[in-house]
Amino acid sequence: MIPEDVRQQLNAAHAVGDYGPLLALIPYAGLIGIECQRDGDDLLFRLPASQGNIGNPLLPAIHGGVIAGFMELSAALYLLIYSESASIPKIIDFSIDYLRAGHFRDTYAQCQLWRQGRRVTNVAITAWQADRQSPIATARAHFKIEPEKPLKSSGQPPSA
Amino acid sequence: MNDSSLQAMAERFLSALQHCQLLQMRVAHADSDGMTLVMPWSPAIVGNPQTGAVHGGALTTLMDTTCGMATLCVLPRFEVCPTLDLRIDYMHAAVPGKPIYGHAQCYRVTRDVIFTRGTAYQDDPGQPICHVVGTFMRLGQEIKGGIRFGNSLKEGGA
Repeated sequence: MIPEDVRQQLNAAHAVGDYGPLLALIPYAGLIGIECQRDGDDLLFRLPASQGNIGNPLLPAIHGGVIAGFMELSAALYLLIYSESASIPKIIDFSIDYLRAGHFRDTYAQCQLWRQGRRVTNVAITAWQADRQSPIATARAHFKIEPEKPLKSSGQPPSA
Repeated sequence: MNDSSLQAMAERFLSALQHCQLLQMRVAHADSDGMTLVMPWSPAIVGNPQTGAVHGGALTTLMDTTCGMATLCVLPRFEVCPTLDLRIDYMHAAVPGKPIYGHAQCYRVTRDVIFTRGTAYQDDPGQPICHVVGTFMRLGQEIKGGIRFGNSLKEGGA
């Protein structure tokens, strides 16, 4: 379950568009340095360029695992805010396609909730750097969520 | 390549990856069968503060690196092999306080592409935290800086 104080923090963050206090609760968010801002009705996630996130020293390029972690965390935060899950969304699986090297510069991500079922959601995530039309990676994830009302036991016939 | 020089090469490769240094990843074992890396648990990689569970991003970084480095086990000479894609299936959360091992092997090597698979686990390799498959592109040795980087891995120079 999401504790009441966290739920309140979530609502407060979303109301004013300041997600800093929410992100401060998640150590991994601080490790990679993810930021979040409102973009109209949507959310825009940003990963500022950081030496600590470098993988390939030749280019240099951001570590592919960091790009994946940034996108997975973006999707989880997106669901925390937009899905009506009673608990913190739990990752089931994650699949990422790397399209271009992630250079040493700021990276952005945007999420799309393709399907919200009662127990599982499907989210697509796109990440880009200079040009939104040339993404560096696309990913999709399934998360387990908990409906606000408990599911009926399968033995019960559906009510008419 | 014998196993001890493979292990030394793997250690030099890993030490060049800044983010892996931040996560304090080390080579646990390397031989012609596959690559095993280890990442200590630390409060900084927690994704769920309620449970202390490690964030999937840290696990993905461990497994992307492990699968990518597994290519060192099968290639006669160093090649730059960027990740084409990666899929992670999460079995259960990692237990706080215990190191996490990543093991991967290459199950098919073609002229252009290498297919890898692996798992992350803590105490018991039979109870993995996650299963991973990843595909890597072979860029060969003619890539920018590739030969120099490959030589530095071989000779142990910077």
